[in-house]
Amino acid sequence: MAGSEVMTRMLWLQGASCGGCTMSILESGASGWFDELRQSGIDLIWHPSVSEQTGDEVVEILEAIRDGRERLDLLVLEGSVARGPDLTGRFNMLAGTNRSIYHWLLDLAPLADYVVAVGSCAAYGGIPAAGINPTDAVGLQFESSDIGGALGAGFRSRHGLPVINVAGCAPHPGWIMESLLALASGDLTAGGLDAVGRPTFIANHLAHHGCSRNEFYEFKASAEVMSERGCLMEHLGCRATQAVGDCNQRSWNGGGSCTKGGYACIACTSPGFESAQNYLQTAKLAGIPVGLPTDMPKAWFVALAALSKSATPRRVRVNATADHVVVPPSRSGDKRRP
Amino acid sequence: MTRITVGPFNRVEGDLEVRLDIEQGRVARAEVTAPLYRGFEQILEGRPPLDALVIAPRICGICSVSQSIAAASALRQAMGVTAAPNGILATNIAHAAENAADHLTHFYIFFMPDFARESYAAQAWHGAVAERFTATKGSAARDALPARARLLEIMGVIAGKWPHSLAFQPGGTTRAIELGERIRLNAIAASFRGFLERVVFADKLEHLLALSTPDELDQWRDGRDGDFAQFLRLADALSLADLGKGPGALMSFGAYHDLDGARFRAGLRRRDGKTETLPSDRITEDVSHAWMRETSLDPAESRTMPDAEKADAYSWCKAPRLAGQPVEVGALARQAVDGQKLITALLAADGSNVRNRVIARLIETAQLALSIERWIKALRLNEPFCETGGEVLDGSFVGLVEAARGSLGHWLSLRSGRIERYQIIAPTSWNFSPRDAEGVAGPLEQALVGTEVGDAGARAVSIQHVVRSFDPCMVCTAH
Repeated sequence: MAGSEVMTRMLWLQGASCGGCTMSILESGASGWFDELRQSGIDLIWHPSVSEQTGDEVVEILEAIRDGRERLDLLVLEGSVARGPDLTGRFNMLAGTNRSIYHWLLDLAPLADYVVAVGSCAAYGGIPAAGINPTDAVGLQFESSDIGGALGAGFRSRHGLPVINVAGCAPHPGWIMESLLALASGDLTAGGLDAVGRPTFIANHLAHHGCSRNEFYEFKASAEVMSERGCLMEHLGCRATQAVGDCNQRSWNGGGSCTKGGYACIACTSPGFESAQNYLQTAKLAGIPVGLPTDMPKAWFVALAALSKSATPRRVRVNATADHVVVPPSRSGDKRRP
Repeated sequence: MTRITVGPFNRVEGDLEVRLDIEQGRVARAEVTAPLYRGFEQILEGRPPLDALVIAPRICGICSVSQSIAAASALRQAMGVTAAPNGILATNIAHAAENAADHLTHFYIFFMPDFARESYAAQAWHGAVAERFTATKGSAARDALPARARLLEIMGVIAGKWPHSLAFQPGGTTRAIELGERIRLNAIAASFRGFLERVVFADKLEHLLALSTPDELDQWRDGRDGDFAQFLRLADALSLADLGKGPGALMSFGAYHDLDGARFRAGLRRRDGKTETLPSDRITEDVSHAWMRETSLDPAESRTMPDAEKADAYSWCKAPRLAGQPVEVGALARQAVDGQKLITALLAADGSNVRNRVIARLIETAQLALSIERWIKALRLNEPFCETGGEVLDGSFVGLVEAARGSLGHWLSLRSGRIERYQIIAPTSWNFSPRDAEGVAGPLEQALVGTEVGDAGARAVSIQHVVRSFDPCMVCTAH
């Protein structure tokens, strides 16, 4: 849409962040993210990791928006909002401004057409909010799964939307880019968000969908220790049947995913994932995993699991506890029809 | 004397504030502030030990593999497990890919765009440099970002995803690599070499790495295409070897340990140029100028307790010291301690400075490309990638590794099956430390003194060069 059409003006800020969401988005675009933004009609006004402007040049950009001299279409925050100590925001100051990121956000968010939380920190508080939450870290509009956060439950951006939460730690670059472009084109509306602000085109899927360990899951043929090929749900903590995201329908870094990589889904797209413990171990009650698929009657799950375990082919059972394929599929599939 | 404040300081990881006292157009005194504190050490306390593998990598999105392996290394001792040789190799491959990607990101996205600034518009070279390196608009990013993404496909094979993977365990790595995957790794490594030889160096890596003196480097540079040679010409034109002198002492914890030992040795290169064994038991952290309460100086004993109102403090970063002295860490230190010929010769000629830091990073990138190729070949596909650890025992454990930006340590104390204390000293904690109780400034604070700012004040591009030459990671710094 380059040329005659008006570019969408995007400002990207980092709060109490690890920078990982930026590392993720820098993988986007066949000729690089900057080209992709231009081709998509997005003008990146400023981004802390990549823009030329520094020091007072940045302050001028922020003040021009704050004073209404410049338009702001998309405000992106990466990282949680550290409100502490005592709501001063001192744990996270914007250098050179004697003002906290928390207070800058309170100024800027109401001026943006859309406000986007990139990553689970900006969305819900994320890892900095874990444990004693030393910095009073919250998300832009949620504190874990409770509505509120830094901007408050009633916050709506200029186009009437709550904060759009591109959850994940770190999110897939496609999630970030597709959400931004869907907003820029007006295709993402309030109806396209779930109850905790996640775009439903991502959140209507489960991380489990498309998992390469699918057959092992069907037969409850489980890996017992790390690096084995079997299903990671029964023993190794996998939350993919409960966690939202089309993780296993996309390719991460050219072909990976958490479960392909050999470790459990830790539900990093879920509010409060940081409060879990013993991530790589399945919590059980009377030998049955506590966290079962959310929309399946537990008795049925247990019954089906018992049935499928008893029907498990040897191939699946043996391979589940091996780190490479020990028993290959039978060759009957190779036979030609007469 | 005038005091100026520089910030927000962008094109570093995170944010940074620098306050400078200027006398007669030069920096007389510098104070460096890490403006972000998140409290990872407090968050880790009381948790089950293995939770560190989830929490600690998330300190930093740019060096999360380094954080993972520091945690895994400490936990390995607690579990009494020896990592599977394949797991060590796969870890090295992924770790090297991360570090090389970091070096590329630094060179192309963070550092070089400063030469495209308007303040250099009068220079004869400016037109070509601006076309190539202007932030977000130059042609270089169109080469570098796809090459970086391609290199990080190594993570898709070995680590599932990046950043923030759980593939790096005390017993090795969680994905057993099969033949097809090894072939894919080879192909990625070949693309990486191709990018380096075509775009960055315009020469075979082996030829580049055979250079051993400053004269040979000058001859190699003359008339050569490629972005590295362009940087070398800029470095001469702008006398970058005279800019940003470090404190002299250079430290490395040693990197990429495999069955034959470390690919890059551990040690301390002293100010007089001699290299000695790393006195790792003499690492301390001073909080006299940090917004932190006093506990112990010893990272194995200390805790982190923020105090935003503390008088005389000016940073969330503590002041790490080795045997009481500030030391510089990073690729330059790593290559110096390892005795890399060219880097040793450059250090002998003009010490630690802006130019030599950048050269060391790119020389190291070339070395990593070759090491990645070798480690991929060394994988034994039918053998395990991950050993099963035993019970996690109580005690005190240390994981010392090298991240792209330098030495990274995790000090872990376990009690009653829980994390009692967890202390982290990150590379930029060393380089961008505040003053200590003796009033001794940190490496960047020292390196900034004497820098000419002229009439430009806070906008002086020389300040930008000095700060970014360290490739700071401010999110790691105070964590």
